[in-house]
Amino acid sequence: MYAQMIKSTGQGVKSLDEMEPEERAFQERINAGGKIEPKDWMPEGYRKNLIRQIGQHAHSEIVGQLPEGNWITRAPTLERKAILLAKVQDEAGHGLYLYCAAETLGVTRDQMTRDLLSGKMKYSSIFNYPTLTWADMGAVGWLVDGAAIMNQVPLQRTSYGPYARAMVRICKEESFHQRQGFDIMMKMANGTPAQHKMAQDALNRFWYPSLMMFGPSDAESVHSAQSMAWKIKMNSNDELRQKFVDLTAPQAEYLGLTIPDDKLKFNEETGHYDFSEPDWDEFFDVLRGNGPCNTERLAARNKAWEDGRWVREGLLAHAEKKRSAKMAAE
Amino acid sequence: MNDPLFEFCCRMGDNTLVLGHRVSEWCGVAPVIEEDIALANIALDLIGQTQLWLGLAGEVEDAGRDADALAFHRDVWDFRNLLLVEQPNGDFGQTMMRQFLFDGWHLAMLKGLMTSSHDQIAAIAEKSVKEVTYHMERSSDTVIGLGDGTEESHKRMQDALNVLWPYAGEMFVSDNVDAAMVEAGIAPDPAALRAGFEALLADVLGAATLVRPEDDFAHKGGKNGVRHSEHLGHMLTNMQWLQRAYPDATW
Ligand SMILES: [Fe+2]
Ligand SMILES: [Fe+2]
Ligand SMILES: [Fe+2]
Repeated sequence: MYAQMIKSTGQGVKSLDEMEPEERAFQERINAGGKIEPKDWMPEGYRKNLIRQIGQHAHSEIVGQLPEGNWITRAPTLERKAILLAKVQDEAGHGLYLYCAAETLGVTRDQMTRDLLSGKMKYSSIFNYPTLTWADMGAVGWLVDGAAIMNQVPLQRTSYGPYARAMVRICKEESFHQRQGFDIMMKMANGTPAQHKMAQDALNRFWYPSLMMFGPSDAESVHSAQSMAWKIKMNSNDELRQKFVDLTAPQAEYLGLTIPDDKLKFNEETGHYDFSEPDWDEFFDVLRGNGPCNTERLAARNKAWEDGRWVREGLLAHAEKKRSAKMAAE
Repeated sequence: MNDPLFEFCCRMGDNTLVLGHRVSEWCGVAPVIEEDIALANIALDLIGQTQLWLGLAGEVEDAGRDADALAFHRDVWDFRNLLLVEQPNGDFGQTMMRQFLFDGWHLAMLKGLMTSSHDQIAAIAEKSVKEVTYHMERSSDTVIGLGDGTEESHKRMQDALNVLWPYAGEMFVSDNVDAAMVEAGIAPDPAALRAGFEALLADVLGAATLVRPEDDFAHKGGKNGVRHSEHLGHMLTNMQWLQRAYPDATW
């Protein structure tokens, strides 16, 4: 998923009895499955938590253009190039809806962008991994969009109205991306020996980083407990990770590819796959900025923003001139 | 000379392929998200048009080459795109100026092709005109906005125009392929599109407070493939690498 390790208030979840009337009414509405809209009263913690979460999700969509953009000019057929372009265009669109959703909470896109560029706000750890072969375009669609869907489908029912509605639009496109990614994997896995090798190599490199997308176990986390009470987080990280593995393991088998985990095995008793945890030290390294591509990704975004400054200023100045000319004419 | 109809389809398809590639190089690094989306959209349209033009070129040639074979397995000297579209992106202003100059020609050419005696060409033109009308709106608005923006944006746009101007003239040079197309009622004469282009320039550059360069010297050699710029080879190295490195693969 695209929002990881989101901090909430850090306090325990209050019971309804402990709440002031306003907050109680707010929580009861959420409990009853109602939606909170931008003009409604909301606790400051809810607002801040959502800004962090939606903002991180938006940044992930934007930074997520880079690893796939890396292959657009090298796509092997016109059709594949068109599909990949359309996908990356969708991701930019997702970023845009999500920034709009976050703006309803009283923060501007410019402010969030500055926080991304300075490193203050994060984006998903997954986009700090390189895309090295064409099969990676398959693996990213299949695994990364696939993992994102696990988290985003339940978020269509999240308590914050603008976020829930953005998720409905986004989920449709993400499942399309996932199928297109799987289609690339099929071609690669069933292609020449070299293509099969690329497919296996992509799975080897993307498997554990995909599992990390769900974040470490949050069974004990106070932040998660609060987010879940507010219905801005719908499932625990472990639950979603398990669901992802259960869905993906048979797909890998269908592709004739091997998930790089000796322990991966269907457990008749639990009805789920057993699997190995990713290396959480690596995960925390990536979050601290030491992933394979953190420096390049952030540098690319910063360069785009700096290089684009004169354009944004120019268009703004022109719009101003037009406005004052219109006012003078009236 | 090759079959002029094949040549003509390659010219149209290579223009859209090469420009689509250039525009797609902006992926993820445009000045604002709205531009990321718009540029991806333009690139996507151009690649779609490429599939139609080069697909038709393959049919006309009837030698077993499809659009992908033409896109990924020809070398520089077989490309028939204008020199303008292979020019590097430069800054965003240069990219949009190149787009505007090309759109001005492209839209007029496609409008002429809508009444082509060749049904498939008329159909491709009809579909493309809708897309290119939007490209033209966007590129001319951007040229105007940035030309008449800040002092810096104005200077950058004038510089972009000056750099690209020597590549504009080739769009309107007619040769024997064009003559054969005119003769068969397939396509308009590019030279005849010049007057409309000048009127467009006067409008847009005027609103943009930019000055049309006086020297009309024009580089040539793209549309007939005689002498491309050095840039095209590098583009093909990137674009065709995967297909050529794994020729027995299907993707
Ligand atoms: Fe997305
Ligand atoms: Fe995504
Ligand atoms: Fe996606």
